[in-house]
Amino acid sequence: MKVLACVKRVPATGAKITLTPDEQAIETRFLGFAVSPHEECAVEEAIRLVEKHGGSSTVLTLGPEESVEQLRDALAQGVDETLLLQTDGSDWDPVATARALTDAIQAEQEANGPFDVLLFGNESADSGGYQVGIRVAHALGLPCVSGVKSLEIRDGTAVAKREIPGGWEIFEVPLPAVFTVKEGINLPRYPSLRGRLRAKKAEIRRVEPKHQPGGPTKIRLKVPVEQGTETQILGHGPEAAPQVVDILKQLGLI
Amino acid sequence: MNKATLEMLTLARELAGQLGTPLEAVVIGEDGRDAADGLADYGVSKIHLVTHAQLTDYAPKAWARSLVQLAEQEQPAAILAAGTERGNEVLAHVGAIMDLPMAANCIEVSPGESYTLTRVRWGGSLLEEATLSGDPKLLTVATQTISPEKAAAAEPLTWSTFTPTLTEADLLVRITDRVEAAGDKVSLVEARVVVGGGRGVGSAEGFAILDELADLLGGAVGCSRAVTNEGWRPHTDQVGQTGTRIAPELYIACGISGAIQHFVGCKGSKHILAINTDPEAAMVAKADYAIIADLHQVVPAIIAEIRKAKQPA
Repeated sequence: MKVLACVKRVPATGAKITLTPDEQAIETRFLGFAVSPHEECAVEEAIRLVEKHGGSSTVLTLGPEESVEQLRDALAQGVDETLLLQTDGSDWDPVATARALTDAIQAEQEANGPFDVLLFGNESADSGGYQVGIRVAHALGLPCVSGVKSLEIRDGTAVAKREIPGGWEIFEVPLPAVFTVKEGINLPRYPSLRGRLRAKKAEIRRVEPKHQPGGPTKIRLKVPVEQGTETQILGHGPEAAPQVVDILKQLGLI
Repeated sequence: MNKATLEMLTLARELAGQLGTPLEAVVIGEDGRDAADGLADYGVSKIHLVTHAQLTDYAPKAWARSLVQLAEQEQPAAILAAGTERGNEVLAHVGAIMDLPMAANCIEVSPGESYTLTRVRWGGSLLEEATLSGDPKLLTVATQTISPEKAAAAEPLTWSTFTPTLTEADLLVRITDRVEAAGDKVSLVEARVVVGGGRGVGSAEGFAILDELADLLGGAVGCSRAVTNEGWRPHTDQVGQTGTRIAPELYIACGISGAIQHFVGCKGSKHILAINTDPEAAMVAKADYAIIADLHQVVPAIIAEIRKAKQPA
């Protein structure tokens, strides 16, 4: 089984977002970076599927040179192959991203055979467009199940589950297929020491993607205005407990 | 009709007014017929009921194909959907089929040759101003940002039925079964009190006192992403951008620093009480009440006080 996971490098924001002076991006000078949460789980799912069914896993990303860091993390966790579609680091709109990914996946499949399972995050943490995986599925002529939180493969058929309030919706599709997954489908592993050593030496394949934008087109980013909250300090230890009970009573909770 | 749909219709009616065009609604499947009657109150003048023998349950691509075929017939200026899982999914399929851009989770829209819009990023922690081209314009409306408002006067409602042409490929992905979740626990979404735990709880065992407090108040336990990443709690308990969004009367945040990804999940809380050893924690600054102390001492004291208060005098 050949499994592909497509990921995005995003800043690991803390308690506050600051923008660059041109309002085009988040100020990241003092931030680390990570793979967007849903996609971290896509990587883990790819590794698990290959552990269970054999075959190989590939992680692909579109982003700046620095995305090599996220690809090496994926290698350390246990994926077999990586592919970087290297950009200048500017934001690509969802249509442009999907077009570049489709081109790269088609070229990869022509060279090395088709993927059986193609995994995406349901939406990226930063831009949240909710569409790249679906667009790639259409371009490749494959079925797509979105928002997947459980995936099982049996005899060429996938059983994918989506969580809804109070239960699960179940979809059954033949492979090959695209799945956009959500955090919670698994708990991503930490890389082993051996994995880290292997990842250090591994070759990262690079492709220069063609930029074919389609929109929406970003004008600028804005930090939403938040109403300031006046915090009432109830105390500095267990002696504050009676005041909590008073608040619970005021709110009609006891 | 669910609240997200009414929020979307409120924005859609404003947009239709600016465009000087009627607001029409699409309802997919016979099941929607009854629910659709109230749409006139929100300014809808016509309902297109999409029916097809195979459209018995949710099938994202088939729903999108139906919308595309109806749009070819009706030539709308824009197609809007609620920014729910399904709304975003179906409009993404429409965008892919028509090869048009789609803007997810908008909160403001101004018409023009291309539309100028504001949409949410980072689950609501950041906004983006953008332009959207295409004919029709495709966009979804972020949930919980616009309050649903009825139109000044209800429109006289007309109905029309539309039967799409669907292929097997369109119907390949559809719900084949449903499973109900086991258990009768109060859900995070509905709970009036949520007791949240963060890294400060320290271990899976550390959550015992949070469970006890939640039980005592008939509430639910939530947690931060740090906690699910440690494997201390299941992902279903996670509050935040990639977890559940809560809106309780009171959120008691224990040992949670308050990263933006967590805060977007709990900012719908009416009141927040933060218990944290760090007075500089973002959660403390955003809370209505705070106790600057170790939760391992404070939470048992609160439990004891509640038991005392509940005892008949």
